[in-house]
Amino acid sequence: MRQIAIISGKGGTGKTSIVASLFALAGRAVAVDCDVDAADLALVVPGDDVLREPFVAGRKAVLDCESCAACAECVSACRSGALELDTDTETIRVDPLRCEGCGVCGLVCPMGCVSYRDNVAGEWMVRRTSSGILVHAALGIAQDNSGKLVAHIREEARRLAKAEGHDLILIDGPPGIGCPVHAAITGADLLLVVTEPTLSGEHDLIRVMDLADHFMLDVNVLINKHDLAPRLTSRIEALCARRGVDVVGRLPFDPAVPVALSRGELPLVVESVAPHLHALGIALLGRQHVSPGVLPRREARPVDRGAVDD
Amino acid sequence: MRVVFASGKGGTGKTLLSTSLALHMSRAGSRVTYADADVEEPNGHVFLRPTNVVKSLVTVPLPVMVMPTCSGCGLCQEFCEFNAVISLKDRAVVFPELCHGCGGCLLVCPEYVLGERGRDVGVMTRGRSGDMDFRMATLHVGEARSAPLIEALTSSLPADGVVIVDAPPGTSCSTMAAVRGADLVVLATEPTPFGIHDLKLAVGMTRALNVPSVVVVNRADLGSPHVLDLLEKEGLEVLASIPHERAIAEAYAHGEMALDVSPSLRRAIESLERRILQ
Ligand code: SF4
Ligand code: SF4
Ligand code: SF4
Ligand code: SF4
Repeated sequence: MRQIAIISGKGGTGKTSIVASLFALAGRAVAVDCDVDAADLALVVPGDDVLREPFVAGRKAVLDCESCAACAECVSACRSGALELDTDTETIRVDPLRCEGCGVCGLVCPMGCVSYRDNVAGEWMVRRTSSGILVHAALGIAQDNSGKLVAHIREEARRLAKAEGHDLILIDGPPGIGCPVHAAITGADLLLVVTEPTLSGEHDLIRVMDLADHFMLDVNVLINKHDLAPRLTSRIEALCARRGVDVVGRLPFDPAVPVALSRGELPLVVESVAPHLHALGIALLGRQHVSPGVLPRREARPVDRGAVDD
Repeated sequence: MRVVFASGKGGTGKTLLSTSLALHMSRAGSRVTYADADVEEPNGHVFLRPTNVVKSLVTVPLPVMVMPTCSGCGLCQEFCEFNAVISLKDRAVVFPELCHGCGGCLLVCPEYVLGERGRDVGVMTRGRSGDMDFRMATLHVGEARSAPLIEALTSSLPADGVVIVDAPPGTSCSTMAAVRGADLVVLATEPTPFGIHDLKLAVGMTRALNVPSVVVVNRADLGSPHVLDLLEKEGLEVLASIPHERAIAEAYAHGEMALDVSPSLRRAIESLERRILQ
């Protein structure tokens, strides 16, 4: 079973629409949307969710007891700043958005006032689609635990892939280089980094490549909107060459892509982009895995794609 | 006045807007502090190019054995909610990347063998950019939890003047750490289904934290034209929209400030300024 994680450092580089396109091209695969903070893949992968489960992770302190002495021991022991003494009512207020469930308040309270409740951190879903299975999730608003939820849905994806004989898992990764990203990329066979030719894109790319080194992962780079700034594109290509990283594809900028997306269509319908996506699919997945059936359905309007760095 | 720029998804123009507003207000004579709290991928410095830079390490507390008398009783391991410490026969071993620094294991240890040392998780940078005070924090590569670093940055910000914060994308703990304490949150979005879906999540977060928010629509002409109606129906205040412009893309690509080359960006920034000063 091969697992390819697609990440971007910062968001907004077109990662999700590229994952959706690869998923459509592969025709038979499991896709996992690990950007559980802002899960967008399901918006462009039509199908029905056949399973929807709550995700319980961590716990929150509950402090409401008759015998509270208002000694505020708990308040000073809590390092998350989640507790506050209301001097009018002499009761303790918990801010559940700050509480990490560490248990220190329960440890220090002399009156045995503290109990803990399970925390529903979000939910996760399984969707059946014409290309296979999509496992996606939604972290509850203002919730911690994104890393745990990512690890959980990746495990589900692996289980489903094994059970149903899929040999490819496509992982749509979250932005950044922190905990949910670690959970999304550990154990992947290949990391595809989608970048764009801007100085900040280059800066983010370097940090992502450093992270990949840290986890000892193979990296491929895709430069999106490469024709917007050809000189910066060459600079990024030179950077990749220096670090021994393959640039597996370049996609042109076409304003028809966001227009297609807002109609719920993939970049595969945009004539200027589709052949490059096919080539990318073949380079990453192998020719035998790319279904020839997915071809542009609609003609894109012609555009001025003048470079911005000439 | 603290203004925080956030967005559900990345790449919607947070950094473009926050650096432009900081430059504009600083030129107009306000005392401006710009803080880049997108600690996993900070980019503000690419545009503001700070000088006179001073760096320092940010540490979080990490339990360590300070006495050799561990009895291997296992109480620390039993207590830790995050499986960050295990007890062996004669010592306790802490896994730094799992530890939340709650201090609980120190409290439960009957032999008082545990103490704490600082473990650095990132770098805090201070400098000047023109007349502006520039701050940023950068998470060490490989480090998992960015919220403590963001809190260290936001708690060091001045209470007066105009403080402009660039938050990390998303709606979870690290974004919240940057958004807390804001007087106004500016949510940057795009008129695509992704942009709108993620904007709704971001609005949910600002409402949960009880901070007022306004919306700026970036690349407003690429995508669905009905977005503005949709946002107003949701009860959101759309303060400005910026079209997709070659001049902005060009300046942004090269790390230049787009403020002086794009009248539409300038108009958007001026309406933000009016909203802040009102
Ligand atoms: S469980 Fe920990 S974080 Fe939550 S209120 Fe108690 S001491 Fe604070
Ligand atoms: S430590 Fe217990 S008794 Fe004291 S204020 Fe907290 S909840 Fe009340
Ligand atoms: S400080 Fe808290 S999180 Fe860290 S090892 Fe001790 S009990 Fe666990
Ligand atoms: S609680 Fe203290 S004595 Fe017991 S195993 Fe942990 S460190 Fe050792």
